[in-house]
Amino acid sequence: MNRVYLDYNATTPVDAEVLDAMLPYFSADFANASSIHTAGQRARAAVETAREQVAALIGAKPQEIVFTSGGTESDNHAVFGVISSQVAQPILAVDRLSRQQPPLHVITSTIEHEAVLNACQAAEKQGVGVTYLPVDRDGQVDPQAIRRAIRPETVLITVMHANNELGTVQPLEEIGRIASEHKIYFHTDAVQSGGKIPINVKTLNADLLSLSGHKLYAPKGVGALYIRSGTRLRQLLYGGHHQRGFRPGTENVAGIVGLGKAAEIARNSLASGAQRVSALRDQLERGLLEGIPQIRVNGSQAPRTPNTTNIRFAGIEGEALVIALDLKGLACSVGAACSSGAVEPSHVLTAIGLSQEEAKSSLRFSLGRHTTQSEIAFALEAIPAAVAQLRALSPTYQKAASRV
Amino acid sequence: MKAATEFETLPSREETQRGLVAIAMSGGVDSSTVAAVLQEQGRPIVGLTMQLWNQRRLPELQGEGPKQHRCCSLDDVYDARRVAQHLNFPHYVVNFEEQFEKRVVRPFVDQYLAGRTPIACTNCNTDVKFEPLLRMARQIGAERLATGHYARIRKNLETLRWELLRARDASKDQSYFLWGLSQEQLSRSDFPLGELTKEEVRALARRTNLPVAEKPESMELCFVPTGNYVQFIQAYSKDAGIPLTEAEGEIVTEDGAVVGHHNGVHNFTIGQRKGLGFSAGKPLYVLSIDTHSNRVVVGDDDALRTTTFEVNDVNWVSIDQPRAPIRATVKIRHKHEPAPAIVEALDEARARIIFDAPQRAITPGQGAVFYDVDRVLGGAWIR
Repeated sequence: MNRVYLDYNATTPVDAEVLDAMLPYFSADFANASSIHTAGQRARAAVETAREQVAALIGAKPQEIVFTSGGTESDNHAVFGVISSQVAQPILAVDRLSRQQPPLHVITSTIEHEAVLNACQAAEKQGVGVTYLPVDRDGQVDPQAIRRAIRPETVLITVMHANNELGTVQPLEEIGRIASEHKIYFHTDAVQSGGKIPINVKTLNADLLSLSGHKLYAPKGVGALYIRSGTRLRQLLYGGHHQRGFRPGTENVAGIVGLGKAAEIARNSLASGAQRVSALRDQLERGLLEGIPQIRVNGSQAPRTPNTTNIRFAGIEGEALVIALDLKGLACSVGAACSSGAVEPSHVLTAIGLSQEEAKSSLRFSLGRHTTQSEIAFALEAIPAAVAQLRALSPTYQKAASRV
Repeated sequence: MKAATEFETLPSREETQRGLVAIAMSGGVDSSTVAAVLQEQGRPIVGLTMQLWNQRRLPELQGEGPKQHRCCSLDDVYDARRVAQHLNFPHYVVNFEEQFEKRVVRPFVDQYLAGRTPIACTNCNTDVKFEPLLRMARQIGAERLATGHYARIRKNLETLRWELLRARDASKDQSYFLWGLSQEQLSRSDFPLGELTKEEVRALARRTNLPVAEKPESMELCFVPTGNYVQFIQAYSKDAGIPLTEAEGEIVTEDGAVVGHHNGVHNFTIGQRKGLGFSAGKPLYVLSIDTHSNRVVVGDDDALRTTTFEVNDVNWVSIDQPRAPIRATVKIRHKHEPAPAIVEALDEARARIIFDAPQRAITPGQGAVFYDVDRVLGGAWIR
């Protein structure tokens, strides 16, 4: 069966060039990047090259990049690293206790990825106050709401760059400015924007920024955390001296090389790639809007990443539509997959004001580097047919249609 | 219970014999073998595993951890997936937690609290498996849903009705749990194991090298992994905010004499002997439960035996609603041997049943299923 993949926000295939760059580091150049010998030095050089490549993608200095196991670790490191660097100061801790100061405070949004949300919830259980700011119907946080949420004890603002489900991009420059005015650390999860839209940590005023390899054509299991020079951040893991002892663990050299190469490719092809993909995305969106009654694009009024569209099909059980499409050879996604593989309603879609029902009838199509014109043509045949088939058997849709 | 059908047309005969078949896969040996059987028949198949209940929700009921086999556990989902990978057909996990709670778990608890003894499996079949799951199967392009039930379906070419029959293996027969199915639901269902014995199913599973061929059977209700209903009802009621009367009540004899006390009627079922909390000179059994006066009535074994009772929500399966009383054998609980009786339809939803000989512990909330030898004529809930 011909299979079309429109789920690039879930993960991307490793780019052929990236794979080529990685291969030597599995066997020929397998050495530990921390070893003194020549082989080790070759591995070290490769890691440092990758650090430069990743830094270049986001306008950072190489020494501000720490390699991690992926976006989740980077996010956790940012959240807990900032919090514990504050409580780890013995004078401060005693101070807070003796003066009965209110607990540390973190500001985030309701549409963050679970890596940030659940880290914040865990921090709450440790006594940290967390404000989860609502978003508007297009999934955007109001920077002025952030300003209003700031307290004297706020230590971190963490707001994602682009949302994984909607593709909507947050007004980070303004948020970053507010954070820096108040001298509060600002972290952003840029896992879904990295390689899709330009990122510059300076214009964003970001102190911390998370990246994930497998969302930008590098392998799974590698990511990066940008830490602006001078940021007080406690380490998460303890071990050897790797990465200055700040993120110990023998470097995943092949993965890091892959991430570096992928960052370089992304930087070189960012503008042309975005243009090509957004043209295909717009074609898909237009075709669906014209061909299927009673559908809407979620978050369409906000700036979006060029590859993502999230569409609500009235009267449809999204789970059934994803399965029906998969059986036709089209891969896309709905809601959040839990560990069994079953679907749970998306917290992002309910946060933008959709009802449970509406959230469950929304599908995400995310395009990528390998998406072709003919694949979009196939999608434009398959989706309307599947939607019609489902609606014919949907009691809610039939009821709604008969009322019209 | 209304046998809800959302569809208007019955499939044509041709339609029922070709095309994609969806299989409801629990991860157990029976439904896995269904996949092997249908695949050997050369039919295109797709597996669907329902996520029905989140075991983490009532953590106090977690038993000995992952060793226990229970429905809806991740182990079972993975088993179903392994079978699909082994036989190489598409398989999906679908989330029916909301429907399952609304249509099965909550009614189960409500019934217990109302002093009845419900059967969750019947509701699950009628209101979940052969309703939203069947609809989903059809929405993804399958005309039919196959399950691992031990029962048989055939079309009566004279009456043009779809008939439900007991399984050939009487010891495995599950027709007692399927009486709620409508003609529409039956017309779109396949029970490929109905002609097989459990041994034959195991042998088939082994021959096709299914990874679950040696998996033990699950006997307990899937959402009560410990098998302790009382404990489940207490935990669920607390979680769902249902006020639970644990107020002490009286245990009385039929003539009203107080012989003991209890801590909530949900601890009791008709015919129960153990756990009454006191000892009388002779064995006493629960005869009835009165939730209004919070009383449990007990008596001796003879008082437990009755002949006549009424049923609600009748669903006539293999025949139209009869105009005159009919002879049938009637089964009043899963382990009951069907006994001869007269069944009289009182109106569309109600019927009266008169056994030839008194039967022990006719329990409100259980199903009464009317058979003509192997055919399920109909069924209903005992009032």
